Amino acid sequence: MSDLPPYPPIDPTTYDLIVVGTGLAESVIAAAASSAGKSVLHLDPNPFYGSHFASLSLPDLSSFLHQNPRPSPTQIPSNNHSDFTAVNLATTSPYSHVQISNFAPEIIDPNSTKFNLDVSGPRVLFCADKSIDLIQKSGAHFYLNFESIDSSFIADSKGELTSVPDSRAAIFKDKSLSLIEKNMLMRFFKLVQQHLVIDGDAKISEDDLETPFVDFLTKMKLPPKIKSIILYAIAMVDFDQDSKDDCRELLKTRDGIDQLALYNSSIGRFPNAPGAWIYPLYGQGELPQAFCRRAAVKGCLYVLRMPVVALLLDKGSRHYRGVRLGSGQEILSSKLVLDSSFTVEEPLSSSPRDSVQESLQVLGLRKVKRKVARGICITSSSLKSELINFLVVYPPRCLYPEQATAVRVLQMGANFAVCPSGMFVLYLSALCDDIDQGNTLLRAVIDSLIVLPTCDNPESSFTDQCENSEVKPTLLWSASYIQELNMGQVESISYSPMPDGNLNYNDLLDATVKLFQKMYPDEDFFPQTLSPDNSEDDGGLSLEM
Amino acid sequence: MHGRPRKAPKPEDEAASAAKAEKLRLLQSQFLSNHNNKIYTKEAVDLSATLLEINPESYTAWNYRKLAVEHHLSLLESDPDSVNSLLNEELRVVENALRQNIKSYGAWHHRKWVLSKGNTSIDHELRLLDKFQRVDSRNFHAWNYRRFLAALMNRSDQDELKYTEDMINTNFSNYSAWHNRSVLLSNLLKKKAEGFLSKEDILSEEYQFVHQAIFTDPDDQSGWFYHLWLLEQTVKDASPLLVSSWPAHGSAVNQLGDWCLDSSASSPITSFYSGLGAFPLVLYFNQAVEGVNSSTVTVESALDKNKDLIWKPLSANNSHTSQLWFTHLHFPDKKIQSLEALPVEVSLGHSQGIISSSGMHYTHPSRFSFTVRTQPVETDFAGAHQEEIISWKDEYFHIYETHSQELSLAVSFDQLHFRNGHESTTSDWRAPDWRAQVIDEEIECFRELLRSDGLKDCKIGKLTLARLLTANDKMVFPCSNKLNHSEVLELYSELMTLDPSHYHYYKDEHSLVLLQQVISNTDSMLRHSFHFRGLTSLTIGSPTCLRLNNLSLSRIGSFEKLLWVQMLDLSHNELRSIEGLEAMQVLSCLNLSKNKLSSFTALEPLRRMESLRVLDISYNEIGTHSVDTTKYLCSSPLSHSVEIEWNHDEIVTVWEAFYLLKGLNLTQLDIVGNAIADEKFKLFLVKFLPALKWLDGKHLL
Repeated sequence: MSDLPPYPPIDPTTYDLIVVGTGLAESVIAAAASSAGKSVLHLDPNPFYGSHFASLSLPDLSSFLHQNPRPSPTQIPSNNHSDFTAVNLATTSPYSHVQISNFAPEIIDPNSTKFNLDVSGPRVLFCADKSIDLIQKSGAHFYLNFESIDSSFIADSKGELTSVPDSRAAIFKDKSLSLIEKNMLMRFFKLVQQHLVIDGDAKISEDDLETPFVDFLTKMKLPPKIKSIILYAIAMVDFDQDSKDDCRELLKTRDGIDQLALYNSSIGRFPNAPGAWIYPLYGQGELPQAFCRRAAVKGCLYVLRMPVVALLLDKGSRHYRGVRLGSGQEILSSKLVLDSSFTVEEPLSSSPRDSVQESLQVLGLRKVKRKVARGICITSSSLKSELINFLVVYPPRCLYPEQATAVRVLQMGANFAVCPSGMFVLYLSALCDDIDQGNTLLRAVIDSLIVLPTCDNPESSFTDQCENSEVKPTLLWSASYIQELNMGQVESISYSPMPDGNLNYNDLLDATVKLFQKMYPDEDFFPQTLSPDNSEDDGGLSLEM
Repeated sequence: MHGRPRKAPKPEDEAASAAKAEKLRLLQSQFLSNHNNKIYTKEAVDLSATLLEINPESYTAWNYRKLAVEHHLSLLESDPDSVNSLLNEELRVVENALRQNIKSYGAWHHRKWVLSKGNTSIDHELRLLDKFQRVDSRNFHAWNYRRFLAALMNRSDQDELKYTEDMINTNFSNYSAWHNRSVLLSNLLKKKAEGFLSKEDILSEEYQFVHQAIFTDPDDQSGWFYHLWLLEQTVKDASPLLVSSWPAHGSAVNQLGDWCLDSSASSPITSFYSGLGAFPLVLYFNQAVEGVNSSTVTVESALDKNKDLIWKPLSANNSHTSQLWFTHLHFPDKKIQSLEALPVEVSLGHSQGIISSSGMHYTHPSRFSFTVRTQPVETDFAGAHQEEIISWKDEYFHIYETHSQELSLAVSFDQLHFRNGHESTTSDWRAPDWRAQVIDEEIECFRELLRSDGLKDCKIGKLTLARLLTANDKMVFPCSNKLNHSEVLELYSELMTLDPSHYHYYKDEHSLVLLQQVISNTDSMLRHSFHFRGLTSLTIGSPTCLRLNNLSLSRIGSFEKLLWVQMLDLSHNELRSIEGLEAMQVLSCLNLSKNKLSSFTALEPLRRMESLRVLDISYNEIGTHSVDTTKYLCSSPLSHSVEIEWNHDEIVTVWEAFYLLKGLNLTQLDIVGNAIADEKFKLFLVKFLPALKWLDGKHLL
């Protein structure tokens, strides 16, 4: 840190809003507030954009994950003439049990900077996601290019991957379903479509909509195989829906239908995206960056590599007034958004306990303390010889009987510019209650998909393994870590949400929108007249194929 | 392109469309004046382009452009660059016109015309076509054009087949793609292209393929249509076969002289009377064939007058192909009548020449034989009989009582199935083969589909199952008696209630199957066979009458098993048509009373039934409905000899009646109970049918 140039002074020194951290939620807030005419200062202690949503090279990823929690400096540079009380600001890393293994340094090391690995993968956008609409509405799409994730698979207990029959054409082409199963699945899709017709007369009854989705599927006489496909590979449910004693998260029929509708309307929304999902070129770190650029266009000031060390509180009321930067400079603002890895050491005046609880509910977020286990694998060949980009879902209980949550795996290749050509990146994630559970889940999936070179002699085992199993790719590099799930909250200072365990950004952006509206109840979230060149149709989003 | 509701135009839209029409009218008149004055300047040609890009339907403009192109081509024959740019300009105009209306016949035709001039990149055409097919994947203009291009560039059928597969995989609700697939597969199978040698394998794969569509979405009809095509490909026998004949193999024909029915003969259904000194020889094939003549069919007998027989097709549309062929064998003169039975042997298939309409040769050499015995009959009795009226009252019909009578009938019925006559190169030619197996699998498959929830009332599923079961019956009969008639009848009955708008179709199919059920079984045949004892003449015994009355039939079929019938009662049914009845060449007495026949046109098959003498068409609907006016095949009978005054409608009906009846030699006609049958009409009948002895039960003097 010492060889970095001295912190530049920031001018002006008073803003409507200071945002710390350039993750997706913070960047969206910064862009929205700038669009609403607020003066915004956007800071990030890291030398890159994206915070916990960043896409990083191997060395950067490694140091970001290993980042030690930064304790509050013991010595606060004293400003005796200050009118404010300074309260120390500490950061806690949400990542624990980080394990990074390099099995083929001779291949990986020369290329280590040619990767753009997502910190919070696997994550994609449904073509019909609200996030797509937001990207278009905000004008962020000017800075983004997407490519399509072509297909998706579901694993069975034998480890076989079969493609997910997610559309009429896919059911038609499917090779694994029997004719009668095809008929049942398509009939169910039609039932859902008819239900979604506005003013249609074939609605699913209100009673059914309130029952657990899994019960509704049973009532529709769908066989277990199809139920599993609908629940875990289409509705993207995390928790085992059949385990009644552990019904922490039973999806309601109403929500299940919404998920199916989202999936269904995603297929074919963009003519050059055959599947349901798209993903930004150069990694998901492009998304927050695009919003930051949008904010900058609207006048937001950006300073990277700038730690925030303390909050400044009004001496009398202990209300928030501003922040003290790593440079010692004090910047004032009426509102502050911090990413959730920051913690304030002393309570602020306006944060009674129940108000925190209330704000969590406002954000529609779950109070349950949960973790997400993430893994990144680099391989030299594809899991499926003829395909490059696809998603694989391991439903609960398919890996081992006690498996309580689904594991999602996303493979992508060099066409997304996330890795050198000839290599493939696999992102894995699963919700878990504790570290052991998380590691077991990741390990089970990696074992079933990939050949692990033995540790003592990578060179020799490399060739052995290749002869034994030509299908499974060999692991070149891997990382696994457990991430705490912190949700945002709103007070006089607001905390933006951390990456969640979902496949897409919808919950996260919902929380962000609510946070913004809570902060600025009178402002529009991206007023419609933003850019005249923003064409109305979907074609405004450029998909480079 | 499909399934988009049309919105009612708003007032402002109407104003805009009026303005557009005005502009178009101006363009049109300018263009026409150019055209008339043969002006082909750049401005004039551009004007036609403007017109076509607004209204691609202007045929005259397309033709004008063709003339302009020819004009310019004749001027710059030698310069390939100018020719190219001239033709490319045409392609550009067509492309713009197609953007305006992708379904413009004129535009597509113009494009083909331009391509026929050569000089164009077909790859470019394919790319353009891809674009159009993405906009509307089942547009048949685009598919037609695709076939045109594929032929032009000699693209292989295999490649095109793969293309249909891709299109179907993208969206299987594509009639055009399925249709093109059927066309390509027919070609490939016919050519026996590499990989398409085994029809069995190809059809099995196609069945698997179309199942995916049908089961995924049974509500989509495109797959069902393809399935129907596959079924047709499966059941249609590869090579033509003789199914039945009259006289049947092994039968003894008793010729009873003039107008007599025999009772003493061993088998009542092979006796025959004739007033013509000849009797018909009928061949019934399993499919329409051509090339039946005296060189392809050999008839050997002591009746040496029958050397060069003239074979005639008996088809409704006067074509050269027919399922049924007949000729007349001539009897020995009455002077040399004897009780000796003369053997006749008929053989066919020993030389090439009989070809099915699909080009397959008759390859199963067949032979059958029968004997002809002539019995002397006193002409007095015959004359007496001619005056006697045939009455269809129930009391004159008697069931067969004695065992021996039944036995002889049963044996005769058995003879009707033509299974031993073939000198079998393939001894099991009717035994279940792969076709039967395929049909069996299909039946199981659709039974399963119909069992699943929500598909209990799937109409097209039921219809397909009924068709499959019928196909199965046709294939296994007569080797197996496990026939599915009852199930099929049940299915059609359900369909009649489920789908009232197609009631008549289901009713017809139901009737055909019902008839098969009656006829395929000897017991039920016996139940419908009666002695007729309505004649009192001394020589006359009791001829056999097949009574298929009161069965609520709307159509009749299974004629291959009814060739022997001489007396037929179809009264009290719901017949609207008697299509196919002409196969019954020895039928002399026919009762069609109390049916739903609505015109003389509906009776047209009777024209070719030369043996018919007694006809009852009373209590039908002739003259009730507006008549079919499509038939004016003969000159007016009224042009010179009728004194009675007719109004126009009456003339049409009378005309039809005359056309139908003039060739028949009816001695008895019942027509009462039809709207047409007034006194005036009866006078007409009496006048024009000199052989008629009885009209509506009244003896004519």
